[in-house]
Amino acid sequence: MWTTPGKLRSKGIIGMNRRNIRYIGRYNSRKLYPLVDDKLKTKLLCHEHGITTPALIGTVITQFEVKHVTKILQGHPGFVIKPAKGSGGKGILVIEHVDGSAYIKPSGAHLGREDIERHVSNILSGLYSLGGSPDVAVIESLINFDDTLTQYTYEGVPDIRVIVFQGYPVMAMMRLSTAASDGKANLHQGAVGVGLDIATGTALRGVQFDRPRHDHPDTGHELASLRIPGWGTLLELAASCYEMTGLGYLGTDMVLDRDHGPMLLELNARPGLAIQMANGEGLRPRLDLIEQQPEGVDAASRVAFARQHFARRAELISSADPAPA
Amino acid sequence: MSRLPFYFLVGFLLIAGIALSVHRHVAFEVPWTPGEQRQVWEVEAQVNFTALGDPVMVNLALPSTQQGYRVLTENTASSGYGLAFLEDQGSRQAQWSIRDAAGPQQLYYSVQLLVAPQAVDREAEPPPLPREIAWERPFDTAASQVIERAQQRSADAVTFARELIRDFTGDRQGENARLLLTQFERTPLLVRLLNEADVRAREVSGLALDDGRRRQSLQSWLQVFSDDGSAVLFNPVTGEQGKPDNLLLWEDRGGAVLEVQGGTNSRVSFSMIQHNQPASTAVRNQLAEDTLINFSIHSLPLEEQALFQTILLIPIGALVVVFLRVLVGLKTSGTFMPVLIALALIQTTLLTGLIGFLLVVTVGLIIRSYLSHLNLLLVARVSAVIITVIAIISVFSVMSYRFGLNAGLTITFFPMIILAWTIERMSILWEEEGPKEVLIQGGGSLLTAVLAYLAMNNPWVRHITFNFLGVQLILMALILLLGNYTGYRLLELKRFKPVTED
Repeated sequence: MWTTPGKLRSKGIIGMNRRNIRYIGRYNSRKLYPLVDDKLKTKLLCHEHGITTPALIGTVITQFEVKHVTKILQGHPGFVIKPAKGSGGKGILVIEHVDGSAYIKPSGAHLGREDIERHVSNILSGLYSLGGSPDVAVIESLINFDDTLTQYTYEGVPDIRVIVFQGYPVMAMMRLSTAASDGKANLHQGAVGVGLDIATGTALRGVQFDRPRHDHPDTGHELASLRIPGWGTLLELAASCYEMTGLGYLGTDMVLDRDHGPMLLELNARPGLAIQMANGEGLRPRLDLIEQQPEGVDAASRVAFARQHFARRAELISSADPAPA
Repeated sequence: MSRLPFYFLVGFLLIAGIALSVHRHVAFEVPWTPGEQRQVWEVEAQVNFTALGDPVMVNLALPSTQQGYRVLTENTASSGYGLAFLEDQGSRQAQWSIRDAAGPQQLYYSVQLLVAPQAVDREAEPPPLPREIAWERPFDTAASQVIERAQQRSADAVTFARELIRDFTGDRQGENARLLLTQFERTPLLVRLLNEADVRAREVSGLALDDGRRRQSLQSWLQVFSDDGSAVLFNPVTGEQGKPDNLLLWEDRGGAVLEVQGGTNSRVSFSMIQHNQPASTAVRNQLAEDTLINFSIHSLPLEEQALFQTILLIPIGALVVVFLRVLVGLKTSGTFMPVLIALALIQTTLLTGLIGFLLVVTVGLIIRSYLSHLNLLLVARVSAVIITVIAIISVFSVMSYRFGLNAGLTITFFPMIILAWTIERMSILWEEEGPKEVLIQGGGSLLTAVLAYLAMNNPWVRHITFNFLGVQLILMALILLLGNYTGYRLLELKRFKPVTED
């Protein structure tokens, strides 16, 4: 049931306290937080730096505009409504398609116009934002995710989290939504986390509810064959977020769009530690190595460095036979 | 980035906190535990005199804190008299006055003295030597012979005094001594002889404390100043050196004990009683002599003291929260909400408080789930929840009163705004993460609140935080240290366990 601090240390696992003091506290300047805590700001910043993000349909800023939200939505078959200052995936409403006056969620649930309005109103009054401060609702177009990944997910869009430390991509995982996670890609809600090899973008290891997993619980598809197309581009995209934000310890969430390739979904100045579970490895040795590297290296060389030093062999077996737990 | 200034600050806070606490313990006899008993003497002085029908003024010397005893409280009883406490060059006096009085008069003064082995004497200024001492014949020869004899057998002022007194005591009493004693009173005579030999000395008045004695009178003692200015006490009759443990120096400045103008037959008698009282009470009764280092909450009016007793406990609750979050990794709903709940639990007692809290939150959650259908703005919704909480609390109070459960009335001690926000947060949590997370966070909050309550309601903790302000600095240092902890949390040992299993 319990392990010892010594074992965790030898695995290089970083705890919450160390992450907060040693990395977030030291490398993330407080004044840069608004850039990533406000998704609208991040989006505009990405636009300036030429980083692709899902297309912006519109924003709702005042309660008065809530009544007109359906006007904004007209003509868009699918969309996502999210709070600009939300955290942990809270308050994100995904509408897969519109059928007459009904808005249909990926789960198949039908929502009416008033449900959409209520959700937007809740966002504006700060229900999902950090500290309950008034917020802005951001409406983005739905991502057409890459077909090669369809078998690995249930309902939601699988996203890829890359931890970028001082501009170097240090660890990556893919988060696959499941029935248990209600289409959300949050690991603590039951999504499957798949550790990804930094060198190749192939699956290393899968976990759900912190336990090892070899296949997707809903689609039954084995995880070993998972391979992210356009991995190099994706890593460079992630690495360039360092120059864009100036944050030294950064979680970048990306999706693969069928037409536009890797897209930045959002940034996180306080990325969680579950990625260590998905990779079966601690962050510490990699972070220590990066700390010894000189500054002022361009993104492409940083990615090359990371791909060379953080390469790993998959623990997953290609066939679907159950490996010893 | 050097952490040195940080550790310096923590070290400074720790040392300052410990030093302040130890200073309060040593200098003011504030005990470390609340249950300790302390010996307290209650001494009553009764002044009797016959007034002549004229304006009357009575001056009575009063005892001060001295070696072995600390003055706690003093009271007087004297109907119709004006009263003032005078302080003049270290000697304290009570002065009673009345325009006209006739016949027998009685004035009372009582003082509570704490037996305090660490208490020290105030600085005693040696009295000046009289310019010239005149002796009549034949006492001058007797005096000079006695002095010479004692001088031969002594080395310094103190030994001289000892030898001199010995010459006036018992079987060693010489002819000269006997002659002198026919003319002079013993103690003034000794002072005179000592002064003649250039030794500073004076007569002081002491009271031998003996439990239950009444109608006692003061005895005169001889205070001799050695060459380096320190005072040594001698019993003028036996020649014993040093102050007996049970001796209280009532007047130690060489002045008069009682002065009465406008009256005759004046005398003062003493009665005394000893009792034990809890140390904390004894401490509370101390007269506050405020200096910066003796900064104490006890100098505030009683009402504010009671307020501070609670305020000073909050850091303990904060420490429990920091401990549970940083070292254990417990999730709570709202960072310091558990401390506020714990404060409420102190008022309500644990069981009624918990039942009340759970009742209010449960009913609140049910009503809140209806409110969420109404599609209200956040501020309006939380306000509605606040009113709901007030309604629930009112209903519970009235109901429990009707059923004769007076404990239920204490539910009003819960901070309602906090309860409303708790309900709001729990409700959102329920919608977003499901009931399991509500149980985890709600349970974590309640566990934290109960632990904080147990810590804050501990009599020893209450005693320490209230009586030793230095403890606040120590708490500060501990919290700073915890804020610097980069190790694993207890619950992370469980969370990350699967990683170590391969």
